[in-house]
Amino acid sequence: MKRLAPLRGEWIDRSRRLVFELEGRRHAGFAGDTITSALCAADVRVLGRSFKYHRPRGVLSLANHDVNALLQWDDRPNVRADVTSLVEGMRLFAVNTDGGLDRDRRRFLDRLSPLLPVGFYYKAFHDRRWFPRWEAMFRALTGLGRVDVNTPRKRTPKRYDFCDVLVIGAGPSGLSAALVAADAGARVVIVDENARAGGSGTYALVGDDDPVAAHTAERVARCADHPRVSLRTGTVAAGCYADHWVPLVESDRITKMRARALVVATGAFEQPAVFRGNDVPGVMLASAAQRLLHRYGVAPMTRAVVLAANRDGYRAALDLLAHGIDVAAVADLNQSPADDEACRELASRGIPVRLGHGVYEARAGHDVLRDAMLAPLTPGGALNAARTERIACDGLVVSVGWAPAANLLYQAGARMRYDEVLAQFVPHALPSGVFACGRVNGVYAFDAKLADGERAGLEAARALGLRAAGNTLRVSVEPQRPSHPYPIFAHPKGKNFVDFDEDLQLQDFANAVQEGFDNIELLKRYTTVGMGPSQGKHSNMNAVRILARLTGQPIEAVGTTTARPFFHPVPLAHLAGRGFTVERETPLDSRHEALGAVFMLAAPWRRPEYYAVPGNRRLEAIREEVLAVRTAVGLIDVGTLGKIEVSGEDAAAFLERVYTGRFANMSPGTTRYGLMVDEAGTIIDDGVVARLGDQRFYFTTTTSGSANVYRELTRLNTMWRMQCGIVNVTGHRAAVNLAGPKAREVLARLTRANVTEAVFPYLAARELEVAGIPARVLRIGFVGELGYEIHVAHDRAVTLWDALMEAGSELGIRPFGIEAQRLLRLEKGHLIVGQDTDALTNPFEAGCAWAVKMDKPFFVGQRSLAILAKKPPRQALVGIELVPGEAIERVAECHLVIDACEIAGRVTSVAFSPTLGRHIGLAMLAPRLAQPGRQIAIRVTDGALVTAKVVRPPFYDADGRRQKLAEAA
Amino acid sequence: MKLLHCPVNGPRPVSEFFYWGEIRAMPDPARASDAEWADYVFNRNGAPGVKREWWCHAPSGVWFVAERDTARDAVVRTYLWGEGL
Repeated sequence: MKRLAPLRGEWIDRSRRLVFELEGRRHAGFAGDTITSALCAADVRVLGRSFKYHRPRGVLSLANHDVNALLQWDDRPNVRADVTSLVEGMRLFAVNTDGGLDRDRRRFLDRLSPLLPVGFYYKAFHDRRWFPRWEAMFRALTGLGRVDVNTPRKRTPKRYDFCDVLVIGAGPSGLSAALVAADAGARVVIVDENARAGGSGTYALVGDDDPVAAHTAERVARCADHPRVSLRTGTVAAGCYADHWVPLVESDRITKMRARALVVATGAFEQPAVFRGNDVPGVMLASAAQRLLHRYGVAPMTRAVVLAANRDGYRAALDLLAHGIDVAAVADLNQSPADDEACRELASRGIPVRLGHGVYEARAGHDVLRDAMLAPLTPGGALNAARTERIACDGLVVSVGWAPAANLLYQAGARMRYDEVLAQFVPHALPSGVFACGRVNGVYAFDAKLADGERAGLEAARALGLRAAGNTLRVSVEPQRPSHPYPIFAHPKGKNFVDFDEDLQLQDFANAVQEGFDNIELLKRYTTVGMGPSQGKHSNMNAVRILARLTGQPIEAVGTTTARPFFHPVPLAHLAGRGFTVERETPLDSRHEALGAVFMLAAPWRRPEYYAVPGNRRLEAIREEVLAVRTAVGLIDVGTLGKIEVSGEDAAAFLERVYTGRFANMSPGTTRYGLMVDEAGTIIDDGVVARLGDQRFYFTTTTSGSANVYRELTRLNTMWRMQCGIVNVTGHRAAVNLAGPKAREVLARLTRANVTEAVFPYLAARELEVAGIPARVLRIGFVGELGYEIHVAHDRAVTLWDALMEAGSELGIRPFGIEAQRLLRLEKGHLIVGQDTDALTNPFEAGCAWAVKMDKPFFVGQRSLAILAKKPPRQALVGIELVPGEAIERVAECHLVIDACEIAGRVTSVAFSPTLGRHIGLAMLAPRLAQPGRQIAIRVTDGALVTAKVVRPPFYDADGRRQKLAEAA
Repeated sequence: MKLLHCPVNGPRPVSEFFYWGEIRAMPDPARASDAEWADYVFNRNGAPGVKREWWCHAPSGVWFVAERDTARDAVVRTYLWGEGL
C-alpha cells in the first residue's frame, strides 16, 4: 500500500504532516487522515487481533465498524482506528493482545478453534467450585481496551436544539432532501457521521473525473450556503426517541435535537461475503478500498482480485484500474454480469471476468493475503472445490451486497419488509413525520437517489404544512439487484467468518440451530452474533440469511433483531454530563451558615441538622439545643413547611372536604390541627390551619408534602369548582418557631401588641408587627413548650431572625436544628407523617382518631375510614421506653419488634431524651402487644435483642401545661 | 422524550408534566356497598386502550384531561376539565 499522487476531492492536507506511534514504532500521516488510512499508507496491514481466536485483522469497512482495529490511545480505550482522525503525537496500542500485534502470545488460540465451538463457555464453565477460577482466566483473556480509573472527570455539556426537518445522512439522497425541504421554507439540520459530507458521492466513483463526484460536491456546497440549512459533519444520530427526539453525538458532546420531521437517509452497510479466509488482512469491502482511494489517496493494494455480485463491484474494479492498481481477475457470483457495459470494458482491457464464480478460500502468508482460490458455483449455489483456480494477489475486494442502515427507522417504529427483488429489507410503513430515502429505502442508482431524496424532502415539507411544488412519485425499482441473496459458502475447514467482532464461523450457526436455538432472538443470544461493538452492522443480515436457509423459512419470517438506542457506542462521559438536582435554601441560609450549622437535606431543602459548637461533639450540641428550648428559649427555621392560602366564600367548606377535621366552626384568629388522608384513608399529610378571617385561611403542610398537597388541592378544586382560590406561598413566606419558657418575653420585646396569655392564648393566630415586620404569628407547640410560629415575607426573614436573636441574647436564646426538634417532639409523642406513619397507616392506627370528624357530610377518604372503623386495627402506634441494657445505644429507626419469632412491628422513632434521662421512642406494633406496660423485644441490626416497655405518650408534660404557660407573676 | 399538548401552554416535553392517573367516576359514598367502594379505591383497569387521565403541567399548575391510547402509545387529545365534549 502506498500514497497515490494527489487526487481531486481528497480529504487529506498533504502540507500538514503528523507523526504518531503504534506500539512504539513511529509513522507519519497527513492532517485529515484517519488512523487506519495513515497506517495503510505506511503499509501497516495488520491493525488488530480478533476477539476470540486472536487472528490478525486489517481493514474491513472503513465505515465505523472495523471493530477488530480498536486501539488504546492514552486513557481512551477502544478508539476506532477506521474513523478516528489522526492527531499529532498519538501513542497507540492495539487492544486485546498479549505482547503486541505481531507477537501476540495468544495466537495459539486460533489453532484451538475446533475445541472452542459455539456455546463452549456455557457448556464447559458452569461448575460452581471452579467458576471463580475460570472467571479470572476469561477476564484476563477477553475484554478489549483498558479503563484507566484515574482518568480525570470530564464535564460534558448537553445542548438542546430544534429544527423543522432533521436529515440524517449527507449522502446524495440526504443532500437532495435537505435542499428541497429548505427551499420550501423549512429550517433544516443535516448531519453526517463522516468528517465531510457527500456520502457515497465521495468514494463510489470510477476514477477521479466521475461526474457523480462533481454533482455531489455541488449539492454539498449548496447546503453549506443555504440560509435555512445547517450542515453538521462528524455527528452521529445515535437513536430515535418519541416525537422525533434524536441525540446527536459529536466528539465532545451530545445535542438533544427535537425535529418536527425526520428524513432518514442513512444509506446502507456493505456486507462481507462468507468464505474461508474472508478475514485475512487484505480482504476488504469494495467501499473500504474506494474510501482509502478517494478520501485518503491510499492505494489499498497493488494487485487485486474483485469478488462482485452487483454493479458496485464492477465499478470498483474499474476504479482500481483507473488508479493504476492491477486487477488480476473479477469473480462474479452471478451467471450473467451485473453490469454488461463494465464487463465489456474489463474484457477489453484484458481483465478475466469469471462469471458464476466465488472465492473458495483466501490464503495468507506472513499474516497477510497471498492468494485467492476462485471456484465455479454449482447449480446448488455451493463452490466446486475440485476446480479451484489460484490467483496471487495482495488485495481481495468484496462487493456482494448491502444491508440498510435502518436502525433509526426501527427505533422510530417503522415496519420493514424483505424485498426479494432487491434482496434487502426496505421500509414498508413509516410512522407519521418520518421519511426515508436513498439506499436505506432500496434506491441505489445515483440519479434515482437524487430523485428519491427530493421526494422525501417534499413529503417532509408538506407534512409541516409548507406549500411546495414537485413530484412525490416513488422512484422506479432498481434495474439490477444490489445484493446477492446468499453470498455464503461452506468450507470443510471453516474460518469462514460471519461475525468479525465475535469470531463466529458459519458452522457455529449450524451447530446452534441443531441445538435448538433456531429463532433469531435465541440464535443471537446463544452465538452472540451482533452483540459485539459493531452491533451486527456487518453480521446480522448474513446471520438472518443463514438462519432462513437452515430452517427453510423465508427471510421475512425470520425477521431481524431490534437495535436499541444508542445503536452506536457513546462515551459514558457524554451521557453522564452534569446532574440537575434541585436543592432549595431558605432565606435564612446565610445565618445558619454563619452560626456553624451542619446541614442535611430534607426533601429538596438544605436544613440545619444542628449547630456545631467548638469542642462539642454532635450529640452534645444537640442536647444543649434541647436544653435551651426546655429551660430558656430556642429559635428554629421552619420556612420549609408548605404554606398555602385559601380564600373565598367556600374556603371553609373546601377545607372540610380535604381535611379530616372540622374548620367551618372556627372563629377567626384561631388555629386547628389538620390531618389529610387519601381516598384509601391513609394518612398523607398534616399541618396547622389558621383562620385569618371569615373567608380567609392560611395553613401549613409538611416539608416534603408541600408540592404534592398543593397540586392535589388544585386538582380537586378544578373538579369541584368551589368558590375559593388556592395560593401556594411556600417560597414567598419565611417562618421561624420561637419556643421555650422565655419565648413570650422575647416576643414582647419586639412588638407593641399585647401577647399576654389572656389576649394571645394557646392555639390563637394573630396578624401583628414583629420587629416592625408584618407577621402572622401562630401560638402552637410542636416541641411542647410555649411557642410562636412567626411567618413573614421571605425578604424580611433575615431582619426578623436577627431581631429575635438580639432580643433573646440575654435570655439565653439558641438556634436549634431539626435533630433537636425531632427529639423535642418525640418527648411530646407528636408523630411525623412519613416517619412514624407509612403508606398504609390510617388515623385510627396512628392514634389520631380525635382529629377525624366522621359526622361531616363528606371528606376525601371518609368512606374508606368508615369501613376501616368497623374492622379491628392491624397495628397501633405506641410509645416505648427502652429498658437499659447492653445494646440499647444501637436501637435505631426501622428496627423490628419480634414476638414469638415473628415480626410484630417496628420502631419508627427512637432517641435518648436528656430531659427524661432515658431512651424513648415510638413503635408501630401488632395490636396484641400495644397495651401500656407490656414488654416487647426489639432486634437491632447485629441480631441482639433489646427489651422495651410500651407506654402511653406523651413522655413529657403529659397535660400540656408548658404550652399554655402563663407569664411569670 | 415525548411531547404533550397542554391546553393552555401548547406542546411541552413530558418531563414538565405530572401524571395523576385514570379518571374514574366516584360512586356515591352513601349508596355504594363496601365492596363497590373498595373496588373504586383499589382496582385499576390496565387493559390497553383509550384512557381518560388527569395530567398537570407542573410549572404552570394547569390540570387537564388527556385521552391517551395506551395500545398505540399515542395521545388522542387533551382538554380542560369540563370541556372536550
